[in-house]
Amino acid sequence: MTTGTTTMTKDAILKVDHLSMKFGGLMAINDFSFEAKRGEITALIGPNGAGKTTVFNCITGFYKPTMGMITLKRKDGQDYLLERLRDFEINKVAGVARTFQNIRLFSGLTVLENLLVAQHNVLMKASGYTILGLLGLPAYKTAAAEAIEKARHWLEMADLIDRADDPAGDLSYGAQRRLEIARAMCTGPELLCLDEPAAGLNPKESLTLNTLLRAIRDEGTSLLLIEHDMSVVMEISDHVVVLEYGQKISDGTPDHVKNDPKVIAAYLGVEDDEVEAIEEKLDEGTV
Amino acid sequence: MAYTAENNSSSLMAKAVKEGIFAGVIAFGMFLLFVGIETYQDINNQLTWRTRWGLLAVFVAVAAIGRFLTVGFIKPHLDKRKLAKAKSGVLDISTDKSFFHRNFLKIALLFLLCYPFLAMLIFGRQGSLKYVDNFGIQILIYVMLAWGLNIVVGLAGLLDLGYVAFYAVGAYSYALLSANFGFSFWLLLPMAGILAGFWGIILGFPVLRLRGDYLAIVTLAFGEIIRLVLINWTDVTRGTFGISGIAKASFFGIWSFDVGAANNFNKAWGLPSSSVYYKIFLFYVILALCLITAYVTIRLRRMPIGRAWEALREDEIACRSLGINTVTTKLTAFATGAMFGGFAGSFFAARQGFVSPESFVFLESAVILAIVVLGGMGSLTGIAIAAVVMVGGTELLREMEFLKHVFGPDFTPELYRMLLFGLAMIIVMLFKPRGFVGTREPTAFLKERKAVSGSFTKEGHG
Repeated sequence: MTTGTTTMTKDAILKVDHLSMKFGGLMAINDFSFEAKRGEITALIGPNGAGKTTVFNCITGFYKPTMGMITLKRKDGQDYLLERLRDFEINKVAGVARTFQNIRLFSGLTVLENLLVAQHNVLMKASGYTILGLLGLPAYKTAAAEAIEKARHWLEMADLIDRADDPAGDLSYGAQRRLEIARAMCTGPELLCLDEPAAGLNPKESLTLNTLLRAIRDEGTSLLLIEHDMSVVMEISDHVVVLEYGQKISDGTPDHVKNDPKVIAAYLGVEDDEVEAIEEKLDEGTV
Repeated sequence: MAYTAENNSSSLMAKAVKEGIFAGVIAFGMFLLFVGIETYQDINNQLTWRTRWGLLAVFVAVAAIGRFLTVGFIKPHLDKRKLAKAKSGVLDISTDKSFFHRNFLKIALLFLLCYPFLAMLIFGRQGSLKYVDNFGIQILIYVMLAWGLNIVVGLAGLLDLGYVAFYAVGAYSYALLSANFGFSFWLLLPMAGILAGFWGIILGFPVLRLRGDYLAIVTLAFGEIIRLVLINWTDVTRGTFGISGIAKASFFGIWSFDVGAANNFNKAWGLPSSSVYYKIFLFYVILALCLITAYVTIRLRRMPIGRAWEALREDEIACRSLGINTVTTKLTAFATGAMFGGFAGSFFAARQGFVSPESFVFLESAVILAIVVLGGMGSLTGIAIAAVVMVGGTELLREMEFLKHVFGPDFTPELYRMLLFGLAMIIVMLFKPRGFVGTREPTAFLKERKAVSGSFTKEGHG
């Protein structure tokens, strides 16, 4: 375990080492290692039940892994061992933000308020942990104005600026997905983890999602995403990791992974009706 | 056409009669033992019973005739009106509000500021005592308590069934510190708030790990523990006897309201000696405390901590994923709510001049929570209205002498307080499931401030 940080390649942002997660007698993840590079979009794919979301929950602190080490290297060179941080510190200290497979927005708050809640820690500090803010000092007022400007920036990026004052629960499904990404970005992360961002989107919406994700990468945030939609995975990711039954079966560029016989077997070695669905998806991806 | 209409109306009448009789039968069955039979102790201290057929008949008749009228006349009338409205194409939601609606808060504040003097003008010096004390101060204490609990339940979504514990801590802090150390009201008011807030943090640490139903049960238990400690720790609290002769509040130390004091307020201003001036003073004190509570709540909602509270109510897991420390956020909500409970408690002790564990039973917590829920969780205006209706309504029941003419001379309306309380809650929940004010005011906006409909907000789950 001690070699983890030293062997980390220079441009890596996240390194997962020998990660294992056991639920009772079930080995959900078994000795899984991979690396995500800074400034890249890394995709984690695999058949249903392969353990992708479990890996995600370990990285973002919602599960404590049974074994293994997850190292995050920030821009300033500081290393953080994510499995040792408390769940909220993973965002606050280590700069890892995430979205959820089943959207978790603050539906009774407006779109703008959702983005302001995401800037909680910055604003808390600016308001002197509420006390100075209650007294109405100007430092908090400028910080609040800056927070709204940051929110406005991400609203424009996510194409939600016209809905800023509507309740988040009132948005369409696709817009809610984009808002969740915008909200995660408002925390100012270095690594953004997306759990199936394209699930339930129509082809047009997934295209705008691709544009948004590329824009996020170009602004300097690395991405890690779980995805089923191959049109998204093959088009935007720089690096793909394939997981099956909790173990890594392939790792490389999208083209490499697509032609890897192990991956094809993993995807095709399922029930007949699902084979067709996957083939269709693969076709879409190549078109 | 005419035939069918006639047929309809006659079948409607038949239906109304049928449902009326049915309601009468149900009412008879329900009230037979509750109302029809009364137990009492006779001269020999024996428990015997007598019947009250007349009263029972009134109850049954009210149910039967009420149902008949509802089915036969009121409902068809309402349906017709709704249909006519739908045909004319006027929407229920209209954006322009009436003058009263727009300026409601200003009018309400102005009324409250003039209220004691209006009461004096109309009912005379002694007559106004009841209106200032029983209605004014009593309602405002509950408004303040409910606004304090609103921070915990309405904003942070933590169901607290033991809120009265903090009220008790505040009241006993004032009573004990004033009796033993002779500190003044104005020193002890903030101290009681701080002590209650501190108590909130101590209770919060173990309790706030729990969620939902479990949290509710444990807070309920803590509320009872405080009451039992007050009863059993007789050396300090004098148990069920309570603490009496608590010092009155002074006019900021300048004038006293004690009758014998040299700087008596009434003497200094050349007023006739009457307790009403003290009550008027207390009215303004509690009004000011309420306004402070409202101001702080409104300011806190626009602070990051207030937004985090509301976010916590909406989705705790998402909060953690955004780097919000949910434990400290919950604790601050708990402590802030407890602090306002403590303020209200010390005011209560000063007003009453007497505190005993009797005042801090679970029913009080339930009433305060009911006010928050009926008012619309999170809405200050709605909660104030609910407090006026609930507390004022029960006080008003004492005045309902005419009910004795309807139900007989031995009918005591205030005994039916809780029955009517429950009835009112059911009615409000049926027609306004989100409380009087179900919408939520956003704390920030880009272009225009649009109220968030209650159907989007969540109640929180712990």
